[in-house]
Amino acid sequence: MTSAKERSVPRVNFTDAEAGAKEFPDSTARRYNYYTPQKRKQTHYEDVTVEVQPDPRHYLSQGWIYGFANGEVGYPLTWTKLKAWGQDKPEPERGPGTGGGGKGLDWPAHGWHEFRDPNEEWEMTLYRYGANVVRQLNANIDFAREAKAFDQWNPNWVHFVEHHVGAWMHIEHILGLYVFSHANRSGPTNMHNTAIVANGMHKIRFAQDLALYNLTLSEEIEDFDGAAHIETWNSDNAWQPVRKLVEALPAIENDWGESIFATNVVFEPLVGELFRSNLVQQAAAGNGDFVTPTVVGAGEHDYSQRDLRMTIAMFEPRASDKEFAEHNKEIMQGWLSKWVPQALEAARALQPLWSQPDFKPPRFEDGLDRAKARFSGIVSDLGLQVPKELNQ
Amino acid sequence: MSRQSVAKAHQKIQELSWEPLYHEPVAQYGTDYTFQKAQKKDPLKQVLRSYFPMQEEKDHRVYGASDGAIRGNMFRQVQERWLEWQKLFLSIIPLPEISAARAMPLLFRNVPNPELHNGQAIQMIDEVRHSTIQQNLKRLYMNNYIDPAGFINSLRNFQNDYCGTIGRQFAEGFITGDAITAASIYLTIVAETAFTNTLFVAMPAEAAANGDYLLPTVFHSVQSDESRHISNGYATLLMALSDESNHQLLERDLRYAWWNNHRVVDAAIGTFIEYGTKDRRKERESYAEMWRRWIYDDYYRSYLVPLEKYGLVIPHDLIEEAWNQIWNKGYVHEVAQFFATGWLANYWRIDSMTDEDFEWFEFKYPGWYDRYGKWWENYNRLSTPNGHHPIVAEAVDYVYPHRCWVCMVPCLVREDMVMDKVDGQWRTYCHEMCAWTDTTAFRPTYEGRETPNMGRLTGKREWETLYHGWNWADVVEDMGYVRDDGKTMTAQPSLNLDPKKMWTTDHLRRMGPLLSPNVILNEMSDDERKAFHADYIKQGPAGRPAPADK
Ligand SMILES: [Fe+2]
Ligand SMILES: [Fe+2]
Repeated sequence: MTSAKERSVPRVNFTDAEAGAKEFPDSTARRYNYYTPQKRKQTHYEDVTVEVQPDPRHYLSQGWIYGFANGEVGYPLTWTKLKAWGQDKPEPERGPGTGGGGKGLDWPAHGWHEFRDPNEEWEMTLYRYGANVVRQLNANIDFAREAKAFDQWNPNWVHFVEHHVGAWMHIEHILGLYVFSHANRSGPTNMHNTAIVANGMHKIRFAQDLALYNLTLSEEIEDFDGAAHIETWNSDNAWQPVRKLVEALPAIENDWGESIFATNVVFEPLVGELFRSNLVQQAAAGNGDFVTPTVVGAGEHDYSQRDLRMTIAMFEPRASDKEFAEHNKEIMQGWLSKWVPQALEAARALQPLWSQPDFKPPRFEDGLDRAKARFSGIVSDLGLQVPKELNQ
Repeated sequence: MSRQSVAKAHQKIQELSWEPLYHEPVAQYGTDYTFQKAQKKDPLKQVLRSYFPMQEEKDHRVYGASDGAIRGNMFRQVQERWLEWQKLFLSIIPLPEISAARAMPLLFRNVPNPELHNGQAIQMIDEVRHSTIQQNLKRLYMNNYIDPAGFINSLRNFQNDYCGTIGRQFAEGFITGDAITAASIYLTIVAETAFTNTLFVAMPAEAAANGDYLLPTVFHSVQSDESRHISNGYATLLMALSDESNHQLLERDLRYAWWNNHRVVDAAIGTFIEYGTKDRRKERESYAEMWRRWIYDDYYRSYLVPLEKYGLVIPHDLIEEAWNQIWNKGYVHEVAQFFATGWLANYWRIDSMTDEDFEWFEFKYPGWYDRYGKWWENYNRLSTPNGHHPIVAEAVDYVYPHRCWVCMVPCLVREDMVMDKVDGQWRTYCHEMCAWTDTTAFRPTYEGRETPNMGRLTGKREWETLYHGWNWADVVEDMGYVRDDGKTMTAQPSLNLDPKKMWTTDHLRRMGPLLSPNVILNEMSDDERKAFHADYIKQGPAGRPAPADK
């Protein structure tokens, strides 16, 4: 049939359903009235995240409607040993004729609800940031390839990048998926869990950045062994204590707080930055490599400028909690005592890597001292004591 | 690096797959399913290097459209009838979305194929995207639509309204209980694969027909991620099927998930599409027609049935029964009528139906007028306060229904109501399938088999219980559905915004108290209860009282 049948389309009508078209009760009420902002004004970030995850201590009058077999429901506050003020007060009891229980309820009912991600991550920021990073890296690497920059590398440095920079991808991947992504089901509020996803995403991206960089190098450098990183990760003695530690993080028994704390407060400064900043970044330029630092630097930036800031905002208030500061400090000090020795053991095992490049980075011990100083600074930002285990 | 093909890049990132050497990751979420480790391909084939810019590009279009809609005065042509229902929909949907993100950890340990975890992680990020982009859309409505009431208190409303509780199944069901039942069968195999088409394709089409082209921009952008999630679910399902011992659980979970999704999603989306629209062109598809195409043909015939040869027991009877409910038993109409009956307990305005609407309903659903027409005429008559009560307290041939203990939608198809004493309490169920879900599926044994990881139904599942004996005005104040003059109600049974024609809590003070059907049921003697049940199943359609015995 060629004759065009008249298409049926909905009518457009003038409805004048625009803000301000009429005056009536609430006609000028244009902000969310169910939460209190952290600062004076409600932010865009708060508007799109706060209260999405409900709470029976607030408006959730009928309670959680599904439970696990053991009776746990929703997002149990017991999924970390840390506590926030108010959480030991019983949940409002609802039953026949009690009403919703929202009236006269103090809010926030407990300190967890005060947390806001200082990076204010939500949909728009997540993709803008992620897209900017990958665009920048692509451009850098393309430029290096066109400039034949990889030809400048000496064989020892090729070997170093092949094996050791390559091995690091596994760490980011495991932490991104099995520590952070795993924990996004666990936190007590939507703000916690959204911030945790953002952290996980940084790491998954960084892992892939390293993997794809490795692929580029296999294409650009003759005899570059793109599979060497697997061998190194699986059996190089220098890496095994690190691997053991990294695998211990997702094995932490049901405490999202400990997983994130041990990763971002202990592992990252003592092992992560030690390797990335105090080894790779220091050694690369001297070995004629201007590209690897941009790839590794993107991950370093994620941690130092975003994830660490989020971590301090998440944990510092617990150390200064108006009700549970002592309890929480004891727990967190315990975590430090437990994880610092493991981190130092892992860090020390990496020492042989410092002598591999032709152009040597500053001494391992100096790097470790710097990492320890950085760690101590973070610990005191959190209001905790530097553990004696640091001097081991 | 950018010249590498996505396929090659994707191949490369498989090298990241983690095989634990020193410590196994914690097994936090239990399942009664068993999975054998097998080489498996990540069906998403997605690499963040291309994913981020691709999503950012999609974002540009969404945010560009948002700016355009405001500059172009979109709200001068938006139908209030439609946008009012968005106060409900957009209060619910961000939680299911974020819950889908939260569901992914339930799969990591239980599905022992590291290749699949990459796809699950991408889905997790997608879902954060969906939740916050929808929150953002709602914020835009709050700022630009004529009546912000109901938007400004959105998430409080969602948490204390019975509709929000019904909607929460489509969220808590993803993240609680047996990990595979929740995160795989309920979420991906049924909710995403079957029902996102009605949510994210049918809804946007209807929005556009009502002058809102912003919702389609956002939701099409959301739906474009959905096909990837469907592949995730499919890969997991095939793995589950390869172990014979899972077949019994798959059958159970498919029956539960299918039925619950039908009860919840068809109730809500069916109502929005049929009763929230002003588009009454005869060629416009009805919800039943869309359902037949997208759910019956595309999901059931094209997706589910072919899985039969792998040993999946398909709930043919329940697919037909869901259709029977929609087509013969007026499920969507019964739900819409109930929403409108209880308008005063909600936080949006519900428009009356006009002759043009009647004509369309009669055309699409022959016999509609005889069943529902009179009631909607009464609704219209009682919509402006004039010395009478809200319709729920007026004699309009409507018996206030009991609630289903499982899906929490009331037992509206009266003849299907099932009553049982379970866990020491008399409960009503909208259908024998909902009764089965409580008495048989969500239990620590199933057909003689131990199911120690199966979830539990919890919570105060009947909303009315909380307000048993309360004056309606106090109920509405307690929930916070009052406007800024302190008495005009957020909800209204019409679109009239003339303050003198709007209902206030003062009007409600004169009504009798709200009574909980379940509390009353449990206070009855056995004989009274028997008589109540016998009467109830003779009620309807359209909530009419049982015919008097001759
Ligand atoms: Fe989604
Ligand atoms: Fe039901």
